Amino acid sequence: MRNALIKKKEVMQGSIAVAEAVKSARPGVIAAYPITPQTYIIEHLATLIANGELKSRYVRADSEFSAASIVYGSVAAGERSYTASSSQGLLLMTEVIFNMAGTRLPVVITGVNRSISPPINIQNDHQDTMVLRDSGIIQLYVENIQEAVDTHIQIFKIAEDKEVLLPAMVCMDGFVISHTYEPVTIWKDEAVQEFLPPFSPVYKTDPQNPLTYGSLTDDDKVTEFKYMTNEALVKSKKKIIAVAREFQEIFGNHYGDLLQEYRTEDAEIILVAMGTVISTIKVAVDALRKNGKKVGVIKVRSYRPFPDEELRTALSKCRLAVVVDKSYSCSSGGILGSEIKACLYNQRGPSIINYIAGIGGREIFPETIKDMVVKSEKLAESGKIPDGSVFFDLNKQLLNNQLL
Amino acid sequence: MKLNIGCITEAGLSKKNRTGYWRYFFPIVDKEKCNGCGICELFCPDSCIQIKDKKCVVNGYYCKGCGICARECPRAALTMQPGGEEAE
Amino acid sequence: MKEIRIHGRGGQGSVVIAELLAIAAYEDGLYSQAFPYLGGGGERRGAPVQAFCRIDEEPIRLKYRMIEPNCLIIQDASLNEAINIFQGLQKGGLVLVNSTKSPEELGMARPEYKIYSFPAAEIALEILKKPVMNTVMIGAFAALAGGFKLQCLKEAIIHKFPGELGEKNIEAMVTAYRTAQDMFGEEVQ
Repeated sequence: MRNALIKKKEVMQGSIAVAEAVKSARPGVIAAYPITPQTYIIEHLATLIANGELKSRYVRADSEFSAASIVYGSVAAGERSYTASSSQGLLLMTEVIFNMAGTRLPVVITGVNRSISPPINIQNDHQDTMVLRDSGIIQLYVENIQEAVDTHIQIFKIAEDKEVLLPAMVCMDGFVISHTYEPVTIWKDEAVQEFLPPFSPVYKTDPQNPLTYGSLTDDDKVTEFKYMTNEALVKSKKKIIAVAREFQEIFGNHYGDLLQEYRTEDAEIILVAMGTVISTIKVAVDALRKNGKKVGVIKVRSYRPFPDEELRTALSKCRLAVVVDKSYSCSSGGILGSEIKACLYNQRGPSIINYIAGIGGREIFPETIKDMVVKSEKLAESGKIPDGSVFFDLNKQLLNNQLL
Repeated sequence: MKLNIGCITEAGLSKKNRTGYWRYFFPIVDKEKCNGCGICELFCPDSCIQIKDKKCVVNGYYCKGCGICARECPRAALTMQPGGEEAE
Repeated sequence: MKEIRIHGRGGQGSVVIAELLAIAAYEDGLYSQAFPYLGGGGERRGAPVQAFCRIDEEPIRLKYRMIEPNCLIIQDASLNEAINIFQGLQKGGLVLVNSTKSPEELGMARPEYKIYSFPAAEIALEILKKPVMNTVMIGAFAALAGGFKLQCLKEAIIHKFPGELGEKNIEAMVTAYRTAQDMFGEEVQ
């Protein structure tokens, strides 16, 4: 950490710290609709604007669909723009997010991960942001409050790059990050502003110079437009890596390029996951290592763009990969797990076991992780690797009691 | 506990939730000052105020003692006091 | 690692207790973490709330609700009827209950724990003129648990509540600290 760049270092709530980071990126327009657990972020930003500490236009929209549409318009008009949501709110934004990606508008969104209803639940899993995976949005998952703060500063720079120009989302676990207090460093506004130059759009619309976004196109060009969006997302890999390293040079913190590896050098078993559960897995891995088990962790920091080559390399030497998913595609299985299996198919890679766990806020303890490793080893030894994904922490007793 | 498909349950479960025992303060109505305007009834987030015979009546079974009614009453007819009536 | 679980009802400032203890520990050069559990639908006034605070000499990587706390702070004794309030508490664990009744009268006496009743609401009403006793509970807890510097607690309170409100709460916290010392005398660590 660079002391001269520090504005303050204190125990802060994750949401407030993230709002301070967004403030230092000075978006010109913020539009949002409140939903737990995102509320404190936008509430604090609204306060900062009302106090005159942030010169920005705040719009409290009448729905998430409107909020996303407003920031869509403001980015098109050349203003750096920001919104945040969770769960059903993100689902309501989905239609607009596909539009943002297709018309290449770099809106920055915080996805404060919360389970999707029904049953209604406010706790954390990754289902809400994972359903956005096909839109073309960039998604970076974070492990702790400091990483959430630093990633917000980085992500504006990635999204607004002329070779990228895509909406981008920081995915942070609801409550575990948003409502937790931890010591965190907030950087000086000037330092952030030096790192993050003002947004200079390629196209800019206003009433005097109107433009059409995403005009009607027939089959002669649609594939090519879609391909261009796809290519932009693939190219954003380089930018994500470059921005992470530039951030490290200036501010001292680095959370991995697209992946972060922990104790994988000689690991025979590697656990793969995203978000705050990584922190718990690291604790479990340290304990397992003490008992002589060669275990490591890969944190998928960038989920979109998907780090396929990087995963192939990182998993090439282990014999067993255990993917812990906090989301699933009904009847197909864990989403991260399925994609990792797909990207290692035809490779001389490890066996892969995919567990679904931590749904609707069900806790994943270090013991849960140790249990996963022990069970996976047994399955691998007996040659009984499951074809599909396994719901790890199902309460079978409850299920036996189903009522029609 | 049993799992019912779709997490579909009987209606009106919140009626059974005796939220009255959460409270510390209870709104005491000054019947002289109250003219039954119904503002408190509109503002009560738990719909536990009713206007009966042009006077405010608070349902102690549900009132959590949030104090919004007392804050909104234009005639200051409601005052928040510790304890209050026994929950009905 | 000190692991403290706080029980209260929405609006009683249980999360603030966890936050203030975390700030005070950090001011003292330790690492800390505080967070709530809002099961049952979230931030509603009056609903049962749990908050957690971890304090350690090393950075804290644990991201889950604690299973085996070593201290409990209970702001509302009536919660004992609603939930298994001692769940997971380590043997010899410290329990501070806000009540004028003794642990025996409350039906909360347990030989395996160190349980103390403390009239926090009365002190809060006297000094703050409100039944918000979270800073009072902090004072009593600090006296019983040890390991907290009064100066750090004061700084935490004034950091969270600048101005007169903070000063009043500091007065409430210090009064509780002294009262707990007087009440529990020898037992205070």
